[in-house]
Amino acid sequence: MSAHSHVDGQLPHEPEKATLEGRNKVLGFWLFLGAEVVLFGTLFSAFLALRDKVGDGNPTADELFNLSTVAIATFILLTSSLTSVFATQAMHAGKKNAMIGWLIITVLFGLGFLGLEIYEFKEYVHEGHGFTTSAFSSSFYTLVGFHGAHVAFGVLWISIIIGQVLKKGLTVVTAPKIYVSGLYWHFIDVVWVFIFTVVYLMGKVG
Amino acid sequence: MAHAHAHTVKRYKGLMDWLTTVDHKKIGILYLLAGGFFFLVGGLEAIMIRIQLIKPLNDFVSAEKFNQLLTMHGTTMIFLAAMPMLFALMNAVIPLQIGARDVAFPFVNALGFWTFFAGGVLLNVSWFTGGAPDAGWTSYVPLASPTYSPEYGVDYYVIGLQIAGIGTLIGGINFLVTIINMRAPGMTFMRMPMFTWAIFITSALILFAFPALTVGLVALMFDRLFEANFFEVANGGNAVLWEHIFWIFGHPEVYILILPAFGVISEVISTFSRKRLFGYSSMVFATVLIGFLGFMVWAHHMFTTGLGPVANALFSIATMLIAVPTGIKIFNWLFTMWGGSIKFTTANLFAVGFIPTFVMGGVTGVMLAAAPADFQYHDSYFVVAHFHYVIVGGLILGIFSGLHYWWPKMFGRMLNETLGKLTFWTFFIGFHMTFLIQHFLGLMGMPRRIYTYLDGLGFNNMNLISTIGAFLMGLGTIFFILNIIVTSVSGKKAAGDAWEDGRTLEWTIPSPAPEYNFAQTPLVRGYDAFWKEKMDGHKEMTPAEPLGSIHMPSPSILPLFMSIGLFIAGLGFMYHNYYVGGGGLALTFLCMLIRSLKDDHGFHIEPDELHDKGVKA
Amino acid sequence: MMKRWNVGKRLLPLFAGMMLLLSACGRADLSTLNPQGPVAEEQFGLMKLAISIMIIVVVIVFAISLYVIVRFRRRPGDNKIPVQVEGNHKLEIIWTVIPLILLVILGVPTVNSVFGLSKDYTKDPDAIQVEVTSHQFWWEFYYPQYDIHTAQELVIPTGKKIAVTAVSGDVLHSFWIPSLAGKIDTNPGTAVENGTANANKMYFEAPKAGVYLGKCAELCGPSHALMDFKVKAVDEASFDRWTAAQKTPVALPSDPAIKDALVKNCLSCHAIGDQGVLVYPNLTDIGSRLTVGGILVNTDEAEYANEGTTYENLKRWIEDPQAVKPGTLMPKVELTEQEIDGIAKYLSELKIDYEK
Repeated sequence: MSAHSHVDGQLPHEPEKATLEGRNKVLGFWLFLGAEVVLFGTLFSAFLALRDKVGDGNPTADELFNLSTVAIATFILLTSSLTSVFATQAMHAGKKNAMIGWLIITVLFGLGFLGLEIYEFKEYVHEGHGFTTSAFSSSFYTLVGFHGAHVAFGVLWISIIIGQVLKKGLTVVTAPKIYVSGLYWHFIDVVWVFIFTVVYLMGKVG
Repeated sequence: MAHAHAHTVKRYKGLMDWLTTVDHKKIGILYLLAGGFFFLVGGLEAIMIRIQLIKPLNDFVSAEKFNQLLTMHGTTMIFLAAMPMLFALMNAVIPLQIGARDVAFPFVNALGFWTFFAGGVLLNVSWFTGGAPDAGWTSYVPLASPTYSPEYGVDYYVIGLQIAGIGTLIGGINFLVTIINMRAPGMTFMRMPMFTWAIFITSALILFAFPALTVGLVALMFDRLFEANFFEVANGGNAVLWEHIFWIFGHPEVYILILPAFGVISEVISTFSRKRLFGYSSMVFATVLIGFLGFMVWAHHMFTTGLGPVANALFSIATMLIAVPTGIKIFNWLFTMWGGSIKFTTANLFAVGFIPTFVMGGVTGVMLAAAPADFQYHDSYFVVAHFHYVIVGGLILGIFSGLHYWWPKMFGRMLNETLGKLTFWTFFIGFHMTFLIQHFLGLMGMPRRIYTYLDGLGFNNMNLISTIGAFLMGLGTIFFILNIIVTSVSGKKAAGDAWEDGRTLEWTIPSPAPEYNFAQTPLVRGYDAFWKEKMDGHKEMTPAEPLGSIHMPSPSILPLFMSIGLFIAGLGFMYHNYYVGGGGLALTFLCMLIRSLKDDHGFHIEPDELHDKGVKA
Repeated sequence: MMKRWNVGKRLLPLFAGMMLLLSACGRADLSTLNPQGPVAEEQFGLMKLAISIMIIVVVIVFAISLYVIVRFRRRPGDNKIPVQVEGNHKLEIIWTVIPLILLVILGVPTVNSVFGLSKDYTKDPDAIQVEVTSHQFWWEFYYPQYDIHTAQELVIPTGKKIAVTAVSGDVLHSFWIPSLAGKIDTNPGTAVENGTANANKMYFEAPKAGVYLGKCAELCGPSHALMDFKVKAVDEASFDRWTAAQKTPVALPSDPAIKDALVKNCLSCHAIGDQGVLVYPNLTDIGSRLTVGGILVNTDEAEYANEGTTYENLKRWIEDPQAVKPGTLMPKVELTEQEIDGIAKYLSELKIDYEK
């Protein structure tokens, strides 16, 4: 079997922190998320600076946004965060199959969110809100698109991890990956909450 | 640990060893080679700039070429020379100073180097494909926008820096985790050497500053490649937004550069004064404070942008405040020397020369902080003089000091002191000759970034002197290279404690450090761990663990290929060839996938291989 | 505030001497160290205060450094271990508090000056309003009170506040008259275009008649170095004559061939009097300006490569604008030798005689 066979069968309670490599990975990932906060913070600032620059004849945020689609997307993503928590809990309990189940549900929710977002973007382009239309549109697609790309990457990443766990089992090598991908998933969820508020709600109100 | 699962790992020799290495010491050497190379390129660009300005209305280079030279000089020196040379010192020293066998993420460490190198090469490819970027290292829009820079130059800037920036960011994360998680037993935060502290704070600054640059570059890239409107004024874009984003990154970047130099100076002065660093805790506090304030002052680069009196007043005061922790450091260094027994090695000459030089750069910094007076200094040669005093007089003197100091540890040979002193004096005198006079040029009305000046304005003599100084600095650099070549052939072999007054852990192990750094992890019993043992009459550190098998990470070619993928992708997108661009990205992602799927079990070095600790395993 | 500066000077005659030395530095029409107007003077005052404080700091550090280097160097054969001092709270407090005090001394007048110099004179009827628009690589000046457009040469009356509103027509530039006032960036995008007020405001004043050199201080393209302008301060009567003369019609060349060439090639971009279009520099009084293209200095006693008579300079400019100002938008127009001669001669005689 794989390395660290000495922990076979007897996975520690927090397997992601059982080895120095695991602890490094978790800490490094937290720091990476710190960098991501700055990244999205800057994107948000750029969006806030440019969101009124719609240009003559182009749809404004208020005319454009359809809150019900966005609300459904929000609900889906928030729920996926919950299923991701269940997956991590299952991992801590050493229940491999339950964990994989929850991860698959998380991935499916992620795909659902992405589908809605693509549909939404298509609608916007149809209404004359293209990437190159105005400063508002460029900053909108960049901010929301960056988030969408993060979701897409997350979906891909978690899928690969599911494959690895199926092949190698739940070990002190795979556990940090699962844990860290969970952190990532929560992070993009939190970012979405801000996008929902700053981009969509404030776009409707302001 | 049982080693029933010792894997046989292919170990490469020669060039393949260097291309696949994940050993932080070798990566440090790679950073030094690449950074040193770019330092020479940037230096050559500087010399050409100074030749052009040697007399009024000179036509050594054209106006267009001059703008490319000044842009590439700035960009190269900051991103491709100074930062990598700092990373060289970080890699060579930090794990040794904290008693670690490696960095937290050896693979990522290699990846960081190769992405930086790919980005740096990509930037310089522009020289051969129709012209380098020419909108200044700050790349202000609208000048850098597709409307006013329709050529490919600025694309190279945007994409080259983006790729190099990835390397810096992951390097920063790597060192943060290394310092937090991998210190030897007993090394509490308040026992860490000052250089480690400086790198710790620098890495934190990298972590929070570089993503802002990433976003700025992405926005400019979208504007240039995909017709976005972030900075296109006609479509509602905002040119001042770029200035904000750039300097929110750019000002912390200044401290990212200078804090490691502070760390080097602290180590060198303390070692060669045979004295404990004066006011260690206040030094730590000052470093943290400078790092923190570094994020609060970006708009002092924008006093003339028109942010209004309230912003200008606030940023003036905030900027002036940085003088306080910096002053604390200066006086702590002086009082470290006070009462000491100072030995003037080349490393220490650079360190001692650093103090007054940096103070001069610091005081002009405070002068610049006074916004109304800055209306006069801004974008004049006064500013050019100021930032060269802090970056060359601060950082580069610091890097020279650090290189002379840790050279024996990195390469196992001592540098020649005579040549070293020649390096110092030519470089030091040349530096002051070049830049002191530029303060006055600026005050007398010479704007920066001008490719020529008219005769009869009173600028001629000062520019001539400045150019002669630049040649002296070049000569100093040549002496340094000469020193490297001469000593690599016939240099004196360095002892473990090469300077005999070593205070920190890196001097407890052989020079150069063996692959596994420490045969046994040392037990740290106080600040200046090695010095403490020496004073207590011990010859070496007390080990914190029994002799055992040492786990090492496997070498990997993937970081190189990932960077090549990014390089290809960058070129592809730049020329709107999306197959090439997509192919490059695919290569990178494929390597990531392989890395993710294939567990790295590494290999073990067994105790019987360790017995001869003096020889590199 | 002024008083404190004087006290500082009295205490430190050495630095006052240094200041004198600095004041002698550079040309009076170009140097920030030789201010010719109240704004530059106030900025110079702040510079002097800052320099004085900073010289104290530098002298102290240099003195301690020298003392330490000489006194505590290791003598050959000296192997003693110095006392390992951890620190000294009293000293550390001193070098934290003293810099703070120095910063207060510098900070208070700084803040004062920030607000003082940001005073808005653009609504002041007594001030001369000037709208500065920067272009690659020339300066456009518009006087809304007189509806006058001119280029490269800002004519102002002495002793009056000049209220500047600055914007850019293309990339960033920076408007700087070192001997009269510090610089202000010209940002692209005017209030009309996109709903944001990107225009910057500043004011200055020239009590003495004379010519002051102006510079562009923000990298703006190849000819950034050559984007000079002049500020010409004249007495109020001369200024009135100048504004009046700008309004008087100007005759086109008498030679019909030259006139045709001028109308066809020049007036499609430039204006002379009420003829032509106002897209690029207004040529109405180009013959009485001090320079051609801001960089070729008009003089009868040429000394340097960029000097010549007005006629010679105009000819040089028209013949090959790119050779004079790389990157300029002025094209090399297909003209015969005679046409260039004629146009240059005509333009060099477009003079307004307003200085008495």
